[in-house]
Amino acid sequence: MLTRLLSGDLPRSRALSLVLVLILLVLALAPFLFHGARPLNTAATICVYIVLVASYDLLLGYTGVVSFAHTLFFGIGAYGVGLGLSGEGDPTWSGMLGGLAMALALTVLLAFVIGLFALRVRAIFYSMITLAVASSFAVLASQLSDFTGGEDGKTFSVPELLSPAYELTARIDGKVITYYIVFAGSLLLFLFMLRLVNSPFGRVLQAIRENEFRAEAIGYRTVVYRIWANCIGAVVAALAGALMALWLRYVGPKTMLGFEVMTDILLIVVIGGMGTMYGAVAGATLFLLAQNYLKTLMGQASSALEGVPVLAAALHPDRWLLWLGVLFVLSVYFFPSGIVGKLRGVRHK
Amino acid sequence: MNDTALPAVQRDLAPHLLVPALVLAMLPLVGSFPTWVTLTVAGLAMGMMIFIMASGLTLVFGLMNVLNFGHGAFVSVGAFAATLVLLPMHGWMEADSLLLNLGALGLAIVVAMAVTALLGWAFERVIIMPVYGQHLKQILITMGGMIVAEQLIGVIWGPEQIALPLPTTLRGAIIVGDAAIEKYRLVAVVVGLLVYLGMFLTLNRTKVGLLIRAGVENGEMVEALGYRIRRLFVAVFAVGSALAGLGGVMWGLYKETLSAAMGSEVMVMVFVTVIIGGLGSVSGCFTGALLMALVANYAGFLAPKLALVSNIVLMMAVLLWRPAGLARK
Repeated sequence: MLTRLLSGDLPRSRALSLVLVLILLVLALAPFLFHGARPLNTAATICVYIVLVASYDLLLGYTGVVSFAHTLFFGIGAYGVGLGLSGEGDPTWSGMLGGLAMALALTVLLAFVIGLFALRVRAIFYSMITLAVASSFAVLASQLSDFTGGEDGKTFSVPELLSPAYELTARIDGKVITYYIVFAGSLLLFLFMLRLVNSPFGRVLQAIRENEFRAEAIGYRTVVYRIWANCIGAVVAALAGALMALWLRYVGPKTMLGFEVMTDILLIVVIGGMGTMYGAVAGATLFLLAQNYLKTLMGQASSALEGVPVLAAALHPDRWLLWLGVLFVLSVYFFPSGIVGKLRGVRHK
Repeated sequence: MNDTALPAVQRDLAPHLLVPALVLAMLPLVGSFPTWVTLTVAGLAMGMMIFIMASGLTLVFGLMNVLNFGHGAFVSVGAFAATLVLLPMHGWMEADSLLLNLGALGLAIVVAMAVTALLGWAFERVIIMPVYGQHLKQILITMGGMIVAEQLIGVIWGPEQIALPLPTTLRGAIIVGDAAIEKYRLVAVVVGLLVYLGMFLTLNRTKVGLLIRAGVENGEMVEALGYRIRRLFVAVFAVGSALAGLGGVMWGLYKETLSAAMGSEVMVMVFVTVIIGGLGSVSGCFTGALLMALVANYAGFLAPKLALVSNIVLMMAVLLWRPAGLARK
């Protein structure tokens, strides 16, 4: 049963299984374990990021192409839900689903066109073109302010069942229901990704990553497979964006389309472990906990070192990304299989 | 020995004609001559600055097959390093003498280029050397290098934006006929042309240039002939970084404010330029930069909404025509 659910791709390490089960349990019970908005917010963001990063890993870790357009699709999904819900009158489910459907259609179209244009040539070309397209799109979203709300973004209200004012029981309000929608959606999408990479399709992707020429020689049309991977990754990212928008009840260019989000995704994939879906889980959890709680720690360290010139500045809470950046560079060199690889104890060359 | 001459190298003129053709075609569309002059000069100035930043990147790619996604960090570092000179030399900058102004500016540029060249040398040694020939890792590692470098700027110079006003005599515009031309843009055009000329002459008229071009064609063969191509790599990388630093100074003065993210913001334009020009080609990069900046400027005037995506539209159009960039048929 469990093997089936995980598509035969078990964690293969006691330590890793323990970590994963712990993360799953804490995320599943988060609304009852913690009080206050901040922990729940962190938990929901972790759920969404796990999916987002897993879909990115399909491209980076499994297919071996570096895309910088992933936030583009994340943003399209988020804006789809946001714009669908922010029309005139009361927010409706049909409005939301309609917005989402349009976002998904746009996602597939864009991913297909970008893939068709750029995946035919060298991988490095693809990276540059996606970077250019994604940043133009971000500029577009922040400039078309009548439609998207511009730089400030848009807050919108959600259907009544999901709004914080709604109360089912004393403990379960609309926010908790939304959390469980995010959680369930993320879990389903994650299991789908796991299924996908362990299917024959996923094997072909890995073959392309290892040796494109040989994969082509065996008879697989590598371009077609890459474009498929690009489209599927984009759709999952858009769905993750939709969940994020639903949770935040806000869409804006900085949180959805910004380049910072893209670097976050890259950091998570590499630190968590490329080429394994569990890397997304471990990486996203570590990264977001660091983002939310490392800052507090660094603030204390910084004020403790008041007066020491460079060190105090280097430990300033705003510089937390410096340390994760260093960790990232070290990961690429010394443990390319990331946390998951370390936990599995696999030796990589 | 027979004395049949070698067939002449075929010249590929079409890309070079694109810029003049575009400029002339826009005259009737813009309508008024002074506006057209202002737009064209602004586009040229912007294009020159982008060219300075992009040339190093494309050279490094051509020779070493390394695409440095962290190139933007050198742009930022160059601009910030210039403040080491420009802020203490406040007096010279404020003085109403062109000579003092240019002196301060020149010193700032020298310092910025020295700092970025050193940084580039270190970057090549520490970050890139272990991952030669592995594109995927290169992209990741140079991105990581950029994140770290941007954060280090925040550590050293503080998180706030720094204002960097232009020197007194370079402010304002000169009026030619009815057209207003900002002085600083003229400076940018001159510096850009000098850099292009310098690179062109170095690559085509010197022994080092010959080695570099040979290295682009076939690195192993150059090595087999007894040249240490590794040293050439490091030198070219340092020069490329120094050019990014120079571009950073120019760009910072143009914007008049500096932020750590300024490099990564401009990187998108730099990448588009490099793609349009054809990876590894300096002259393609020059044409591409001018083309992109001019199109952006004209589009901003004629159809402001379109200007937001003009880069992408131009890139798609060029790639449909020549899939590997302007310089490659």
